[in-house]
Amino acid sequence: MDPLALVIIEALIKSIVVIIVLLTGFAYLTLMERMVVARIQVRVGPNRVGRVFGIAALQPIADAIKMIFKEDFIPANADKLIYVLAPGIAVGTALLAWAVIPLNPPLTIFGYTINFEIANVNVAVLYLLAIGSLSIYGIVLGGWSANNKYSLLGALRSTAQMVSYEVSLGLSLVGVLMVSGTLSLTQIVQQQSMIWNVVWQPLGFVIYLVCALAEINRVPFDLPEAETELVAGYQTEYSSLKFALFYMAEYINMLTISAIASTVFLGGYQGPFGILPGVHWLLIKMLIFIFIFMWIRGTLPRFRYDQLMRFGWQVLLPLALANTFVTAVVLVLLGK
Amino acid sequence: MPIDYLPILVMVVVVVAFAAIALTLSSLTGPRHPTAAKLEPYESGMPPFGSARRRISIKYYLTAVLFILFDIEIIFFYPWAVLFRQLKLFGLVEMGVFVLILLIGYVYVWRKGGFNWD
Repeated sequence: MDPLALVIIEALIKSIVVIIVLLTGFAYLTLMERMVVARIQVRVGPNRVGRVFGIAALQPIADAIKMIFKEDFIPANADKLIYVLAPGIAVGTALLAWAVIPLNPPLTIFGYTINFEIANVNVAVLYLLAIGSLSIYGIVLGGWSANNKYSLLGALRSTAQMVSYEVSLGLSLVGVLMVSGTLSLTQIVQQQSMIWNVVWQPLGFVIYLVCALAEINRVPFDLPEAETELVAGYQTEYSSLKFALFYMAEYINMLTISAIASTVFLGGYQGPFGILPGVHWLLIKMLIFIFIFMWIRGTLPRFRYDQLMRFGWQVLLPLALANTFVTAVVLVLLGK
Repeated sequence: MPIDYLPILVMVVVVVAFAAIALTLSSLTGPRHPTAAKLEPYESGMPPFGSARRRISIKYYLTAVLFILFDIEIIFFYPWAVLFRQLKLFGLVEMGVFVLILLIGYVYVWRKGGFNWD
């Protein structure tokens, strides 16, 4: 067969599988979040729809069906085109980040080697940052186009917060790049077969996690949708599947940052004993991160906005710069 | 190699198709009973006044400009970091000078209160 056609067909199959898995993952993440937060708050949580072992296994499907059949209206003074496109942009950029994340070591079946990432590019880290920056557009366009003051305030806050923390997020990865000497995620994972990068970059790891929490607007950085003052932030005027798409984008971004943190700092699909196929280790690491995010949501109060901005610019940025500097000095002194 | 990026293009097509389906599906399946009150912007039940398209605080522009400055700096960091093991001491000194110049600006913004929101 024509090699070009083969590449396209392979990419097509992989993309569809990854998107379906992500959407299923999103659906069950919402259930997991409701259950975890409920237990933290000493409630029971959803346990009625399609009950299996006391867990409402069909709850996400019921939610999805409800969303599909809700009224989908466009506010009178909204900028209609942008209002409709914004949720699509949000979910599209969230999904596209998964094009470069390696899920499993390459497998050879019938003499044909399958790579378990959609695209094996040598600038994967840069690609992730670029796609992460694009995700701001969905939020700011959605908030602006709805012609609602709450939406606008939420979008503005969100944009200022995301760009502020993106600086430190980018810097926190520089240390890893210096240690590994490559931008390819596949190579970064393969280099961690003995020692994880978090051993060399503990501070970078912590800074990355904090900034990533701010990037995806989760507690304690959820000011863009602070429900006690801004109703629902940038998604106030959205209903039906458009609201669901924003929700989807948020949860997929949560999956993405836990996957990036696992891949860059915790060895990705590399497991300690080689007893399970690689993708299981990645999933276990991601689940641990996701549980910690939910735990944080159940525990911490929200920042005040001036505290948030000051923390980003006056604490995290100098820390990330210092981390880069120390890494550089140590590498020079070791003569590596 | 440019062909490495072809799968990303394929994924873009799949994602756009998914988004298009999701965005049109609910307008086909949902009910549609628009009323004047329903289409007004939601302002906690009060009658809405004025447009939401108004001028916004200068602080946001300042943050945007700061972001552009520092983000470009980080883009300079990336190729340097990847090649750092070959550049060694030379790379450290060069980047030290670059960051020092930037830090002067950073300290200036800090002293001028550019990071304060109250």
